[in-house]
Amino acid sequence: MSLILFIEQMLNGLQFGVMLFLMAAGLTLIFGVMGLINLAHGSLYMIGAFAAAWVAGLTGSFVLALIAALAAAAAAGALVEVVVIRRLYARDHLDQVLATFALILMFSEGTRWVFGSFPLFLEIPPYLSGPVRLPGGIQYPLYRLAIIVAGLIVAAGLFALIARTRIGIQIRAGEADREMIGALGVNIAALYTVVFALGAALAGLAGALIGAIQSVQVGMGEPVLILAFVVIVIGGIGSIKGALVGALLVGLTDTMGRFLLPVAFAQVMAPAAATAVGSALASMAIYILMALVLIFRPRGLYGVA
Amino acid sequence: MRAETLLNACVLLALAAVPLWAWVADEPFTITLATRLAILALAGVGLNLALGLGGLVSLGHAVFFGIGGYAMGVLASHAQSYTPLTDWPVLIEGTKSMPVIWLVAMGASGLAALAIGALSLRTSGVYFIMITLAFGQMFYYFAISWPAYGGEDGLSIYVRNGFPGLNTLDPIQFFALCYAILALALWAMARLMRSAFGLALVAARQNAARVEAVGIAPYRLRLVAFVLSGMITGLAGALFADLNRFVSPVMFSWQTSGEIIVFVILGGVARLYGPVVGAAVFVLLEHFLGGLSEFWHIWLGAVLLGVVLFARGGIIGLVVGREVRRD
Amino acid sequence: MTEVLLDIRGITKRFGAVTACEEVSLTLRRGEIHALIGPNGAGKSTLIGQIAGSLRPDAGSVWFDGHDVTALDTAARARAGLARTFQISSLAMEMTVLQNAVLGALGARGRVMRFFRDVMRDSALRAVAREALDRVGLWDVAAHRVGDLSHGQRRQLEVAVALTQAPKAFLMDEPMAGLGAEGSARMTRFLDGLRQHAPILLVEHDMDAVFALADRVSVLVYGRVIATGAPDAIRRDARVREAYLGDEALP
Repeated sequence: MSLILFIEQMLNGLQFGVMLFLMAAGLTLIFGVMGLINLAHGSLYMIGAFAAAWVAGLTGSFVLALIAALAAAAAAGALVEVVVIRRLYARDHLDQVLATFALILMFSEGTRWVFGSFPLFLEIPPYLSGPVRLPGGIQYPLYRLAIIVAGLIVAAGLFALIARTRIGIQIRAGEADREMIGALGVNIAALYTVVFALGAALAGLAGALIGAIQSVQVGMGEPVLILAFVVIVIGGIGSIKGALVGALLVGLTDTMGRFLLPVAFAQVMAPAAATAVGSALASMAIYILMALVLIFRPRGLYGVA
Repeated sequence: MRAETLLNACVLLALAAVPLWAWVADEPFTITLATRLAILALAGVGLNLALGLGGLVSLGHAVFFGIGGYAMGVLASHAQSYTPLTDWPVLIEGTKSMPVIWLVAMGASGLAALAIGALSLRTSGVYFIMITLAFGQMFYYFAISWPAYGGEDGLSIYVRNGFPGLNTLDPIQFFALCYAILALALWAMARLMRSAFGLALVAARQNAARVEAVGIAPYRLRLVAFVLSGMITGLAGALFADLNRFVSPVMFSWQTSGEIIVFVILGGVARLYGPVVGAAVFVLLEHFLGGLSEFWHIWLGAVLLGVVLFARGGIIGLVVGREVRRD
Repeated sequence: MTEVLLDIRGITKRFGAVTACEEVSLTLRRGEIHALIGPNGAGKSTLIGQIAGSLRPDAGSVWFDGHDVTALDTAARARAGLARTFQISSLAMEMTVLQNAVLGALGARGRVMRFFRDVMRDSALRAVAREALDRVGLWDVAAHRVGDLSHGQRRQLEVAVALTQAPKAFLMDEPMAGLGAEGSARMTRFLDGLRQHAPILLVEHDMDAVFALADRVSVLVYGRVIATGAPDAIRRDARVREAYLGDEALP
């Protein structure tokens, strides 16, 4: 195991974590402001990926594809919020789970209906493909590096949005006291739609960016959604900072676990068995991390006690 | 007789009558459909104990369904290949006997429920939902990445496991077995709902502070409910695997968890027969809509959304009114 | 058998920079009603939470019936014989009045981990529940859903559930809250008779009730007990008058 390989894997973990942050940030924002658990967030991720793949196929432009992903996911989010989600804010979590589960079924099958069951592919544009040489002689795919940078920029933008802007103030007020913002004369219905669409756009962006390194297919959203839940449990519900820390922890734990555990087991057992045991354990690593956080901090690292 | 009791009796009778008719008319597929229904209903009865009575929105009951399935798969595959599970520290052989498999399925899923419940019941609300969902996914990935028992491809069993005195390969006999277990589970649930435990569990859902103030710790109640719930769903998983003679990681998937919740809700949450009616609706929709359109999940989604938004008492609630009995 | 049943020894509770409860010491003796009064925000709820077991003090200890119960949770303290009523009625709203009373009896003396026997047919539990409901005058509505009861009836049921626990002491958080003049007078008479069965630590805003019932009164201001004594002495206490000036006039 060389240091270069190790750093490369760390960067992979970072890239994974940044993507998870885009998902988790939207989820935790929507929960923090509206008190809603949205299982269909993975569908918005999928919609972003499909919109990007479709537009890229038509126009050949990656930039247009990203814009399409943002627009499609935000539009789908706003539409769903107005038609369905709005009726769920006053309901209990069970109703929210079921209704958004129903939305997953409809989105997934609807997408399959439109695009068929075969995966689509989104090409990495030429100006972002190929490796880049990092200090220390590390060769790393430029596109993955671009994802990390893009994700960190979005994260910084999100923090700035919440800390500095009018809508950010309204969001924070909404998290602190839902009745209060109504009394302050904020149009709550519009605020909720905007927050939901913002969360959706982040998920759509994540879907499009990942779409270029994995295949774009129905059902791609839910595994990421569940990982985003793990992130939120670790970070603490409603905390964007918790989402960032949790996402990076989960991204690094998962990637490094898959990389290191088989190597570690190979020290004490036969290579084939080490790979089997190591990768089986690695698949559980983030959940074990979550369990540990639950034992010591049941409300998450940055959750309100 | 109260409307709901009457409806329950009709459901139970219909579930017996249709396969009997199919047996006479020699339509084995219908019997298999009814068997599937009974097994899925049993899984729902298990979840209903945690969700309906205890108010624990578990999105991870696929764990127990899957463990039950793999208990069957692992034991039966060792038996059919004549290899022991392990020979150290004691020799453990596989088995093709259903009663033994059921005990193992219930024991293993009960242990898993104890571990998952002990952790996730430290939290509540959305945290609980997300954590149970996450643990479900953990088992799913573990089943995929553990190569010894088929990994992603799952495990096939050539011959259905046996039950003393029955020919389980005969569809109607296997149905009768599943039906009897479902009826037994429903009877036990009916007793439990009226028992001291049931009273305290339901009270803890309605007002946990009250239950604590009279000296009962809600955590223990919920943990016990969660374990019992997992055991019943685990038993259903073992039967389901035996019905298909096949287990795969799909039994652990989040969709499975979602579907088990759907049975409970479609029928009517906290109603004794809710999961039976819900599973019936699900199996029928799957059968008829699935015959009409490849994309029947869209319509299932629409039905579910309609029930959640407009018919919160579920189907039993639509038929007999919203009020849940409380005497 | 000691004279002091409940002994709160110097408990302190801080939330961040705010000290909600500072070195509070209180006792509850057998046969007495000890009233705890104080202006809003004095820290009464925090104090009750620590006595009942839902909050853990940062320092100090709570002794009940000769045992240190500081480390016990709410349920364990209830089983030890400390029955609590809530300021805002806290009942299983979808259940019947009788079911709520049976639940109380079950918690105190029944076995919860029974899964088959019909609990509502348990004659021992029913007898306890019936006696308690009879005493507060709710037996006639035993089959009603709690959600359908009037506010006053819920307050009575709250007390009845505490009675089913056959406690050694009551911890009552504003039992008069929201009751009209007539309801308060009736509750006052009822609590007056109750002290023979078990002493009451009574947190109450209704000063008529407090001065009619209390054997001793403690005054909590800004998380500190500023005075404890007989009602007359408290009425004359200069510090108490000062604390209450502009808040509520003492009768």
